[in-house]
Amino acid sequence: MSSATAGWLQLGLLVAALAACYLPLGNYMAHVFTTDRHWRLERWIYRLVGINPGNDQKWGAYARSMLAFSAISVLFLYGIERLQSYLLLSEGMKNVPPALAWNTAASFVTNTNWQNYSGESTMGYLTQMSGLAVQNFMSAAVGIVVAIALVRGFMRSKTDRLGNFWVDTTRITIRYLIPLAVIGGIILMAGGVIDNIASYHTVTTLSGAHQTIPGGPVASQEVIKQAGNNGGGFFNANSAHPFENPSPFTNWFEIFLILVTPFALTRTFGKMVKDTRQGFALLAVMVVLWLAAVGGISFFESHYSVGGATAAQVAHGATEGVETRFGTAGCSLFAASTTVTSTGAVNCSHDSLTPFGGGITLADMALGEVVPGGVGAGLYGMLVLAIVTVFVGGLMVGRTPEYIGKKIRPAEMKYAALYFLTTPATVLAGTGLSIGLRIPRASILNPGPHGLTEILYAFTSMANNNGSAFAGLATNTYWYNTVGGIVMLVARFAPMIFALGLGGSLARQQPVPASAGTLETHKPLFVGMLIGVILVLIGLTYFPALALGPFAEGLH
Amino acid sequence: MSVTTTQASGKPAARGSSQPGRMGGGLLDPKMLWKSTPDAVRKLDPRVQVRNPVMFVVEVGATLTTVTAIVKPSVFNWTIVVWLWLTVLFANLAEAVAEGRGKAQADTLRKTKRETVARRLVNWQPGRPQFAEEQVPGTALTVGDHVVVEAGQVIPGDGDVVDGVASVDESAITGESAPVIRESGGDRSAVTGGTTVLSDRIIVKITSKPGETFIDRMIALVEGAKRQKTPNEIALNILLASLTIIFMMSVITLQPMAFYSGAPQSLVVLVALLVALIPTTIGALLSAIGIAGMDRLVQRNVLAMSGRAVEAAGDVNTLLLDKTGTITIGNRQATEFLPVTGVAEHDLADASQLSSMADYTPEGRSIAVLAKDKYNLRERHEGELQGAAFVEFTAQTRMSGIDLADGRQVRKGAASSVTQWVRDNGGTPPADLGGMVDGISAVGGTPLVVAEKANGTARALGVIYLKDVVKEGIAERFAEMRRMGIRTIMITGDNPLTAKAIAAESGVDDYLAEATPEDKMALIKKEQEGGRLVAMTGDGTNDAPALAQADVGVAMNTGTSAAKEAGNMVDLDSNPTKLIEIVEIGKQMLITRGALTTFSITNDVAKYFAIIPAMFSGVIPALGKLNILHLHSPQSAITSAIIFNALIIVALIPLALRGVRYRPSSAAAMLRKNLWIYGVGGLIIPFIGIKLIDLIIQFIPGFR
Repeated sequence: MSSATAGWLQLGLLVAALAACYLPLGNYMAHVFTTDRHWRLERWIYRLVGINPGNDQKWGAYARSMLAFSAISVLFLYGIERLQSYLLLSEGMKNVPPALAWNTAASFVTNTNWQNYSGESTMGYLTQMSGLAVQNFMSAAVGIVVAIALVRGFMRSKTDRLGNFWVDTTRITIRYLIPLAVIGGIILMAGGVIDNIASYHTVTTLSGAHQTIPGGPVASQEVIKQAGNNGGGFFNANSAHPFENPSPFTNWFEIFLILVTPFALTRTFGKMVKDTRQGFALLAVMVVLWLAAVGGISFFESHYSVGGATAAQVAHGATEGVETRFGTAGCSLFAASTTVTSTGAVNCSHDSLTPFGGGITLADMALGEVVPGGVGAGLYGMLVLAIVTVFVGGLMVGRTPEYIGKKIRPAEMKYAALYFLTTPATVLAGTGLSIGLRIPRASILNPGPHGLTEILYAFTSMANNNGSAFAGLATNTYWYNTVGGIVMLVARFAPMIFALGLGGSLARQQPVPASAGTLETHKPLFVGMLIGVILVLIGLTYFPALALGPFAEGLH
Repeated sequence: MSVTTTQASGKPAARGSSQPGRMGGGLLDPKMLWKSTPDAVRKLDPRVQVRNPVMFVVEVGATLTTVTAIVKPSVFNWTIVVWLWLTVLFANLAEAVAEGRGKAQADTLRKTKRETVARRLVNWQPGRPQFAEEQVPGTALTVGDHVVVEAGQVIPGDGDVVDGVASVDESAITGESAPVIRESGGDRSAVTGGTTVLSDRIIVKITSKPGETFIDRMIALVEGAKRQKTPNEIALNILLASLTIIFMMSVITLQPMAFYSGAPQSLVVLVALLVALIPTTIGALLSAIGIAGMDRLVQRNVLAMSGRAVEAAGDVNTLLLDKTGTITIGNRQATEFLPVTGVAEHDLADASQLSSMADYTPEGRSIAVLAKDKYNLRERHEGELQGAAFVEFTAQTRMSGIDLADGRQVRKGAASSVTQWVRDNGGTPPADLGGMVDGISAVGGTPLVVAEKANGTARALGVIYLKDVVKEGIAERFAEMRRMGIRTIMITGDNPLTAKAIAAESGVDDYLAEATPEDKMALIKKEQEGGRLVAMTGDGTNDAPALAQADVGVAMNTGTSAAKEAGNMVDLDSNPTKLIEIVEIGKQMLITRGALTTFSITNDVAKYFAIIPAMFSGVIPALGKLNILHLHSPQSAITSAIIFNALIIVALIPLALRGVRYRPSSAAAMLRKNLWIYGVGGLIIPFIGIKLIDLIIQFIPGFR
């Protein structure tokens, strides 16, 4: 089977599998968030932590609960990292230094999973299991519930209540993420991913050299790393490591896990607002841009001379940094899927992609992680962009713009504008400062436009909570650890607060009945317009920076 | 006796006719631009500019580049400086031109309110004949004062007629030269300060405080003095401000990246890039669009009390339309004479005409007209018949008619009254009469029975079929409304049968028959509960609560002051059909904003392709490939983009003032069309424009 045929087959099977899961998973999540019945296990949890599950929260209370929960998560994770040598199963790892511990704590709580360390030589098993893996679940859950709270803004009318953060988080974790992780984990183990708490083995190789073979509870963490769009690898090599991702099948399955929930959430949205066509419209936007990314990267990687490859890459057939087990197609599909979602796991080195191929992964993240984006984050990000699109489009049909029966008035516009302002502002500020100041600039390993791309990629990745690294940038420094932590926290939680504020403002409104004069937001015309707005807005924001990075490198 | 006088009592003919578009439409008169320039310069004051975030950024940028150009003068620097200032100036000009049109109208209005002297009556009470009278300036009148106004005098303030009847020339306000009747009691009691009494004498109770009269409000409105940003304008401003912030971030952070790449940029170039990117086109024209929208309403003789009301008009889901005057032409008309068995049609027509001789109601006239047109009966006049006595219509008898000298009596009127009259006078109504009456009622017509008494016995002759005549073209209008997603509901006092027939003929979506003011109010509330916005017209005092409740309440100028207070718009022509035009203007205003926003944003693509290669191709030759327009030199490329950016504002001023062409159609069709014109057009036009400008300015020495 040729490499191209394998690529098409992978993609075809992937689309089929995603399509098969779309309705059941989407409907199921809608049910999870709308049913009145609590499971007994959930009641115990509510009683244990003292939550009244019937307490419907205003958006402010919802946001405060979310922030408090996340703040405690950061402290807890920081604590474990700093104290791991005194705790069980440390495997001889030292306590993590303060700046790195801060960065890692911020990174995992924000669903970014930016890693300034190598897992196998920094984190003990307990830190991995009870710290990082737990946050892989919780940060994913927080993302989803914020999206759901925003969706409730569309669902509900004349109320200031958006649901209960604690109930939503408990439910999605217990009823969805954990079962998904158990099933997915078993499949991964069957596919050859290791899962043990055995100590590292030292073996003598045939040539007589000693080699340390690490172990660890990998499969259990790998599954949620992908399904929760976290992306933080157990090992430094991430999904290129044979213990994390041993075969083309596990590679395919991990891509499936990455995409299945964010896509299915559009169904949840459609179901909850009782107009599934709206969910399909958002799905269409996501699918088109995802396929464009897959196609673009595949094209530039297999036609590397067009992709602006360097002389060295041409000599190696653009396979430098590509994991040979997966080939160019498996790498391209993974790279596109991990960057259009906020996953950031990698199975090949993005630094070694052709300039335009790497440029696409950068652009994918810059889109704001909405196609389909991070679990939950993709949906609320897409809803905000839909609101901006509806605003301009709605004006052009001569009415106060409305989306799903809710009007876009100054209050809604304020939240939407703040939302889409935050991420580009943090990306550009972080990049500008890092390249302007002497010390952070010294971290660049490759001079010239490629070095600029490396810094731009790093901040785009952190601010969009992706976590994939371009590599080629020494980021375990005080500057990148500290500023990176701040960037990740601001770019994760500020938009969340604005999304919740938007939900609160929408929920207070009385819905407007649709008429022939209403802009139809489920039609191809709107889908096209939304794609256009996303591309134009993002393109305009990042064009100067992209020109000096990937364009300067690739156009020669 | 003193006289109420006014310096400007002459005809304010300057206001011209009341036809739409009498201000010369949206055509931009170059003289207008020139006249508005001083105002535009005055608006350069940063305290004024700060209200418009986009243009404020341009002004700050222009100031910074001016300083740079003084320190480091060059042809390029100064060209950019000049065009940046022109950009701000053009934006101001757009607003000044829009305001200027209102100011011209305000000046005319102001003439009508100077130096009136009022004759105030001390302690006026109804019924007492004599009062002490004192002269006070019109501005000293307060609510509750009573003034007397006689023929030739100007009414000193807004109020209601409490005594007397007069014909009043309201052309100062409406532009309509035909006088109107104003009388105490009823729905035609309101008079407006500044209008002139032509005949008779009325006593007016003042209902407005000095400085808050109708004319004062009108002046404030057309001048835009009290203009507040509408919700939609605020939302759009938020969007534009956030785009401006994003682009500022892009440009500010570009400098360290440019340094790293070995191509640091001058302040002038960075400011030029920023100004090219931020949405200056819509930022410059936004307030002009709003002012011009209000102005277009004024041109149609509608005064909106707030921009918010105009915007709400664009959003209306339900239109409540009064049947009479809106859907049907004012009155019912006779369309047929239906004789009972044994009576000739001609005889019935003759009797009908006789009975209507003294009936000067439009219905009565239409009977005479029909008799003449169809049976060639010459119209007879009151004086022709010697000794004839006319019987007036009263609410009790519900009949009118004539008693001729030869003893013959003719009556026409409501079926029940006339048949009773026949019986009372020894006659028997024929068997087929009942069927004919019911038949006419069933199809929505009004039957009038005609009977005569000759030789002592009365007999019924037949029935006159009075029909509501639906206005021509109204059905198409309603179909348009439906396509726009607007539901029309006809409001009528008629019985359900009649209402249904007219509703079917005119094509309204729904009707409310035998409507009382309470019914109307309940209907509005019901619609609003479903999240719909309701627009209605009204004139009577009992309409006031409903006018206040409706999202868009258009009061007729002929109506009472209570109605005018309650509504948020006043139609000076008192034409209820205008509600439809008001909705269209509201929509047009929003469409214009959306279209120019789209245009403004899509323009940026071309500007990037002009400016980015110009900035960096010197150091990074690869980026020269992005110079797809093959512009002459970096300087000429940047300058061309800035000149295009400034000129496009001037080019679009007429569009902002006139509004995007609007044809009622579905949302999808409208969006597709506007996306093509302003989205795709916005992508392509700047490529052409920038290239053309570059072709010219490359010859200027200094642009290598």
